[in-house]
Amino acid sequence: MGKHYLPNLAHREEMLREIGFASIDELFSDVPEGMLKEFNLPGGKSEYEVFIELNETLSKNKTALEMPSFLGAGTYFHYIPAHVKYLIERSEFLTAYTPYQPEISQGMLQALFEYQSMMAELYGLPVVNSSMYDWGTSIAEAALMTVRLHRGKRKRFVIPKAISPEKKAVIETYTRGANLEIVEVPWDESGRLDIEKLKEAVEDSAGVYVEMANFFGLVEENVREIGEIAHEAGAYFVVGADPTMLGIFEAPGELGADIAVGEASYLGNPMNFGGPRAGVFAVRNDKKLIRQMPGRIIGMTRDAEGKRAFVMTLQTREQHIRRAKATSNICSNEALVAVASAIHLATLGPKGLRELGEVILKNTAYLKKRLSEVAEIPFEGLYFKDVPVKFKRPYGEIHEALLAKGIHGGYYIGKHFPELGETALFAATETTRKEWVHALIEALKEVA
Amino acid sequence: MFRQAKWDEPLIFELSREGRVGYTLPKPIEDLEVEIPEKIRRKSKLDLPELSEPEIVKHYTRLSEMNYGVDSGIYPLGSCTMKYNPKINEEMAAHPGVAYIHPYQDERTVQGALKIMWELEQWLKEITGMDRFTLQPAAGANGEFTGVSIIRTYHIDNGEPQRDEMLVPDSAHGTNPASAAMAGFKVIEIPSNENGTVDLEALENAVGERTAGLMLTNPNTLGIFEDEILEIAKIVHKAGGLLYYDGANLNAVLGKVRPGDMGFDIVHLNLHKTFSTPHGGGGPGSGPVGVKDFLKDYLPVPLVGYDEENDRYYLDYNVPKSIGKVKELYGNFAVMVRALVYLKVMGRDGLKNASEIAVLNANYLTRKLLGTRGYELPGKKLRKHETVFSAEPMKKETGVTAMDVAKRLLDFGMHAPTVYFPLIVHEALMIEPTETVSKEELDAYVEALKRISDEAYTNPEVVKSAPHNTAVRRVDDVMAVKKPVISWRMYLELKEKGEINY
Repeated sequence: MGKHYLPNLAHREEMLREIGFASIDELFSDVPEGMLKEFNLPGGKSEYEVFIELNETLSKNKTALEMPSFLGAGTYFHYIPAHVKYLIERSEFLTAYTPYQPEISQGMLQALFEYQSMMAELYGLPVVNSSMYDWGTSIAEAALMTVRLHRGKRKRFVIPKAISPEKKAVIETYTRGANLEIVEVPWDESGRLDIEKLKEAVEDSAGVYVEMANFFGLVEENVREIGEIAHEAGAYFVVGADPTMLGIFEAPGELGADIAVGEASYLGNPMNFGGPRAGVFAVRNDKKLIRQMPGRIIGMTRDAEGKRAFVMTLQTREQHIRRAKATSNICSNEALVAVASAIHLATLGPKGLRELGEVILKNTAYLKKRLSEVAEIPFEGLYFKDVPVKFKRPYGEIHEALLAKGIHGGYYIGKHFPELGETALFAATETTRKEWVHALIEALKEVA
Repeated sequence: MFRQAKWDEPLIFELSREGRVGYTLPKPIEDLEVEIPEKIRRKSKLDLPELSEPEIVKHYTRLSEMNYGVDSGIYPLGSCTMKYNPKINEEMAAHPGVAYIHPYQDERTVQGALKIMWELEQWLKEITGMDRFTLQPAAGANGEFTGVSIIRTYHIDNGEPQRDEMLVPDSAHGTNPASAAMAGFKVIEIPSNENGTVDLEALENAVGERTAGLMLTNPNTLGIFEDEILEIAKIVHKAGGLLYYDGANLNAVLGKVRPGDMGFDIVHLNLHKTFSTPHGGGGPGSGPVGVKDFLKDYLPVPLVGYDEENDRYYLDYNVPKSIGKVKELYGNFAVMVRALVYLKVMGRDGLKNASEIAVLNANYLTRKLLGTRGYELPGKKLRKHETVFSAEPMKKETGVTAMDVAKRLLDFGMHAPTVYFPLIVHEALMIEPTETVSKEELDAYVEALKRISDEAYTNPEVVKSAPHNTAVRRVDDVMAVKKPVISWRMYLELKEKGEINY
């Protein structure tokens, strides 16, 4: 099968003859003897058969459309306006490669420049690259960057203990080769970063990372103070933020961030079982920082006639030129995810992003209020999306009981944070329905 | 003659008109009063565009019309495998069962997703001759980093932490040395011989007790099969190193030769190259990594397991010596779905046909172009899936460079080859037609290259000033570096200062 993708299969003999080969085998005569083999693979199928088969397999998944779900913990169910999906499926975008030839790729380049520009507005930092793989790799690359900025003389990078285990694992793997020491700062009794402990940890560190809302969903009020502590100790300040909160919460750049990171796929992209996503990476307009940035950057310039044009720029940082001395190994990034995110942002505009943030904030507050009727919320404070809920019974039992009622409960975090006991993160976004919350609370009243 | 759309499309910020609305949002469940503390409430300006939905759709449609994809025409970027992206892949990837599932869902509610991952792994194992795969890496380079991190951990685990040198041929992709350096290796470059393959003597001299491994792509970036691969494997293994396969060029041997049978211990694949998933203007990709049995305990977590007795798929975090995670969650799942659809449609014979036709097309183009004035073919004549010509003679004789040739090709509505790579060839034009272009397209490409040669020797100005028919003329990349404008915000600032006039 697959003949329908191979026009020249019909002309194989004729083409071989034309270039003086007797057979296909002759084209492979440089492969050592005995190495060519028959593969033990299934035969091809018609498109219809594969369509049916995949539909059958995928119907075994229970989607967020069929089952009220309160999962968050770093992946959220947001609604994506239909036109966003239509536009990124335009095949001139979808089937293009990295815009190595700018003259014939202006569309993608401009779309990515606009992505960078919109993220620059959100994060309050004017220099943004055209995406990393995800938020986690963005933090990891930021950690490596702060060490390079210290010319390797400082090798400590400070992170909050209340961070997603996914992100922490990525940071650890990425920084092992450069021998970084990852220092965790615990939360205080309010659930936020312990400032006193930070002051002890910050000494001799290359960078300090904090999130505007931590893994537990708690909004970090002291971002500016944390930045000041970092700067006083000579460390760079890296701030992580969910872009959907930045219509109502202050831009990281305004709070003192040297580098800001986040997850672009929360806008314009479905959950997709966790991927693809796209990491935001933004820095201050400072040559020293820009030179050490990872990833592709799109710049505006002019063409031979003086007309505005766009191009990949500042490439001497990158692997295809600098090779072993590049700022990062990244090549393929998440361009289309970034464009989807930008189209969604353009759709929301300043007013829509504010409104989205407010709806999420209110829905989170509503969920928290209702959950507090049936269980304990371990920390008081302002929450965005996630809310930790502590149960008296093992969470596994509660999860089972909810699932039996067709509700998917939150994400159990007791495994990663045993000090929190039987705690799970329950999340709300603008997609959360009142009847879902109602059903959840009724069910919990029975089982919790 | 080709004419690309030239819309003079303003930036989306310039299209903004105050008060226009492009969105709808649900109301909050309850209109609770939620106070945001003063010190963290947004006070700074949020300069996002304000447009209605039809305006947004027109803007991005116009931008797309000033872009060129595989669906527009031939796109023979060497080492990028720009093959056709079947539409059934897109249809399946857009299924709600892909889009609307959360990665932390109870395994019982995502059996379909886990099955897709598990099945994909079985295909990739047989295709590469490896024993276990992780699907977590987001792209080729992320896969390379995974692979070399495994090599590093393996040697440390074996009590050989001194193995800190990674060997990389001088013809390798830039990501190879960059990934090795990121994992903490010192990179040692191995020169190529006059055939364009690894110089065995140089390799012999380079290996030793500090050798961690060799990163190789086969066929190499010249499109030449490393016919001494078994010798290479022997040298590296004897020295105690591991052999890493960069799967960027797997399309040459897909369904015919397995890296595992050539002696490779680790491979990464590019689902967005060999397995037909679209590149999206630079991503998302997917870079699964496969290893031989003795390295499987080092793979990132989680792996996908299958309990045959209970017919149940599960996430397996029990990987004793795992290097950890190289990306959040499980990888680019929506890309995996596309690749599996492709594999199922193609099947064993389809995959074999694909690589055979890819190789036929590359050799057809090579032979048809051979002898054209200004271009020469360094290294062996027999190529695999791609071919590299040098425009060095043309440059010497007419001043027309490989870059000029590339730009002129755009005028004919054809995408340029990869240029100036591999680094070992001067004025390199690296052409990979893939199996999904027709004979007519290949003939037209050769004709265009011949015509450009004629122009170079008779009217070089038309080539040097190319492109003429694209949305913009030759882009000033020097200015882009000299006066960086990375965002709307920077643009406004520089414009106000009068430092730029575009």
